[in-house]
Amino acid sequence: MKPIPFFILLLLTQCAFSQLKITGTVLERTEKGDPDTLADVHISWLNSTSGTVTDSSGNFSLTYSTDHKKIVLSYVGYVSDTITVNRPNLGKLYLQPNIALEEVVVRKKVNSIQKSLFNPQNTVNVDSREMLKAACCNLSESFETNPSVDVSISDGISGAKQIQMLGMNSPYLLFTQENMPFIRGASQIYGLSFIPGSWIESIQITKGAGAVLNGSESISGQINTELVKPLTDQKFFLNTYANNNERFELNTRYNTVLNDKLATGLYLHANSRSGKLDRNDDNFLDTPIAKQLNLMNRWQYVDLEKGWVSYLNLQYLTDNKQTGETSYDPDVHAFSNQFWGSEIETHRFDASAKIGYVFPELQYQSFGYQTAYSNHRQNSYYGNKRYDINHTSFYSNLLFNSIIGSTQHKFKTGFSFNYDQYDELVNSDVISRIDNGVGSFFEYTYDSLERLSFVAGLRADHSNRLGNFITPRLHVRYSLWDKASLRFNLGRGKRAANIYAENQQLFASNRNITTINSLGKIYGLDPEIAWNSGVNFSQKGYLFNRLFDISIDYYHVNFKNQVVVDWETPQEISFYNLNGKSTSNSLQFDLNYEIIQNLDLRATYKHYDVEVTYNKGLLEKPLQPRNRVFINLNYETQKKYEGRQWVFDFTSNWLGKQRLPDTSTNPTIYQLDAYAVPYTVLNTQITRIFNTSFEMYIGGENIGNTIQKRPIIAATDPFGPYFDSTITYAPTLGGIYYIGLRYKIK
Amino acid sequence: MIKLKVLTIFSTILVTFSMFSQDKNKNASFKVQGNCSMCESRIEKAAIKTKGVKFASWNSNTKTFEMIFNENMCTIADVKKAIVKAGHDVDSLSADIKVYEKLPPCCQYRDPKSMEMDHH
Repeated sequence: MKPIPFFILLLLTQCAFSQLKITGTVLERTEKGDPDTLADVHISWLNSTSGTVTDSSGNFSLTYSTDHKKIVLSYVGYVSDTITVNRPNLGKLYLQPNIALEEVVVRKKVNSIQKSLFNPQNTVNVDSREMLKAACCNLSESFETNPSVDVSISDGISGAKQIQMLGMNSPYLLFTQENMPFIRGASQIYGLSFIPGSWIESIQITKGAGAVLNGSESISGQINTELVKPLTDQKFFLNTYANNNERFELNTRYNTVLNDKLATGLYLHANSRSGKLDRNDDNFLDTPIAKQLNLMNRWQYVDLEKGWVSYLNLQYLTDNKQTGETSYDPDVHAFSNQFWGSEIETHRFDASAKIGYVFPELQYQSFGYQTAYSNHRQNSYYGNKRYDINHTSFYSNLLFNSIIGSTQHKFKTGFSFNYDQYDELVNSDVISRIDNGVGSFFEYTYDSLERLSFVAGLRADHSNRLGNFITPRLHVRYSLWDKASLRFNLGRGKRAANIYAENQQLFASNRNITTINSLGKIYGLDPEIAWNSGVNFSQKGYLFNRLFDISIDYYHVNFKNQVVVDWETPQEISFYNLNGKSTSNSLQFDLNYEIIQNLDLRATYKHYDVEVTYNKGLLEKPLQPRNRVFINLNYETQKKYEGRQWVFDFTSNWLGKQRLPDTSTNPTIYQLDAYAVPYTVLNTQITRIFNTSFEMYIGGENIGNTIQKRPIIAATDPFGPYFDSTITYAPTLGGIYYIGLRYKIK
Repeated sequence: MIKLKVLTIFSTILVTFSMFSQDKNKNASFKVQGNCSMCESRIEKAAIKTKGVKFASWNSNTKTFEMIFNENMCTIADVKKAIVKAGHDVDSLSADIKVYEKLPPCCQYRDPKSMEMDHH
């Protein structure tokens, strides 16, 4: 007998006694596979509106009707099921959950270099991803993939990398670390190599005089670095690096979160370069033998409810460099005329503290106090020339932020105090000086919330070296149309030039050092004063459905007074006050575009026109290419499981011809051409990210092997009058190939 | 007559007193409908341009609007009105349909699909 007719028979028999009920229990399988009852499941006859729901234990009962044969079980989040009713008790019925769709996160790719359309200042923000592109290693090298600043090499002896902005050397830039003046005075030349790249969270590069908060010293621009914060950083980070020139690096950070408000981090950086390298066979090391140990302890305290934020940093650094002739042994040959050699030994201690308070009831009102102490001791000699500097610095700044009426009108005001003690030994001359100053500032920010916004700042300073003076700064932004900004800035800068510390490379030559003026207060010279004005136009938009971003800058810097560094007479270097015109005009055109999915292009053309009046007359600044072209290509594969990814990076830097200082009175073999020929430097890197905690990279710097054939004049006669390593216009080191790894624990 | 005088004096005192108790930095918060960062700037702009509003902030996730204002210069109702006028529903106040329809498509918060659009 077939089941259904039997059932109907049974049904008919029972019908006489009572209404027939269909019963059952609805269940699901939990993740572990155990059965679990489902309440509130809707049960209805197919194609009918009559139905019921399951009770809290998953049971249901439904009055039988002969019109229907099937029931439908439906429940949100589960696959509906249709069941043929062939018995009164349907027993256990399992529902299957809808297969959960994996969450799709749509993420807008944010470039690692960002320029805001809304900031009145022409500021580029560079985040930590950019630091990974130049795998190593410190702040100076991190700019190699960035077109906003130019990286150059200061001399053929130390190989120290210098950065330039608007065609002006780094002393005209104001460096701050977390908004406190940092690389200045004695650390001006080598200081950029004292901040390891892996400690950096982000960099803000501002073209133009910048804000008044941090003093009057900035003339070409300001560069601020933010370091990683113990509360938000990974628990542990390790990075090692090695290259074919026996340079090894170790970067490690360990953070301890003590409670939700307090955390501390211990950061360590060590590097060593032990290989003696002389690929150009001039008998001089192409790059110094070096060792550095850099230790930092950071404390961070944040209490958001009460509005307190505080930082404490302690940093100690020791750095040793040795260079010169390959056979030079400092223990045997120091200060003898047998071999030429040089050693630079630096010890530096930094302590800084910051405390900030945001009024919990008035979010727009806050005050901050920051203070820093540093001691920088450098003992060095270059051949028979000695240069020692001991610089003790103390800085303090009190700041108050609030509004006038509404947040459309914001202001910042405060006081600052600085004290700098310099003790220098230049050959046998002892030069000591103390600079101190107090200043007060007021900065007003207006935002129309429509097209116009501006920042107007004024500071008044009283300084024993610079006198009493005011520093006005203005930044205006006007939005022309959708996603386009026009910016204008104007500002004055004033600073004291530390002629020896800033031009240390001069010691690695046998040029005679002279200071011509004698009436001024800084080495007999006057303070440097310049006006900086600039315009910028930025437009963002879509081209073929891909984001592009173009930017055009024009800046003009006009020196009222400058300490002219004159290399124009061979065998001589002299410092004197500007007598005439000194200007820098720079034009920059930037394009950022995603060519195809995940392939980003960054292209820049820069034109510089820098002229200084020397005693010989108005001349183009030497070692300054008039034209530069920068191209960076970055390709990233789609991120896979656990962040698995390949990242490819390629940078090309083309430098046009550069005027070289006059060498025409040297013997013919020691003469250089009037201009250096244009050249290109290529860098590339491949990174393999295995998962969120482990990645490896390999790369090459200067893979085209572009080098300056003869970086040192008269290398065979280092104690003779023509010896000069200061005319460096191209890399002194050929291709560098490196490998490294990064390991992190969240 | 005396009664009226007393009443006048009394009410004057009361008004004066209540004027003193007006808070110059009053905090207030309420819900405002919207979607994205474009909505955020529109809402905040409408509020801050109301005379007396010192600080305005809207969170697109929680839809909570927070402000600090001077009670002597405006009321919460003034600010709500200004936001509604810009096209955003506040509590039970609905924005005019003509204003609402002029909002960019991604900001038309009454349409559930608008949330998935590309926000600028």
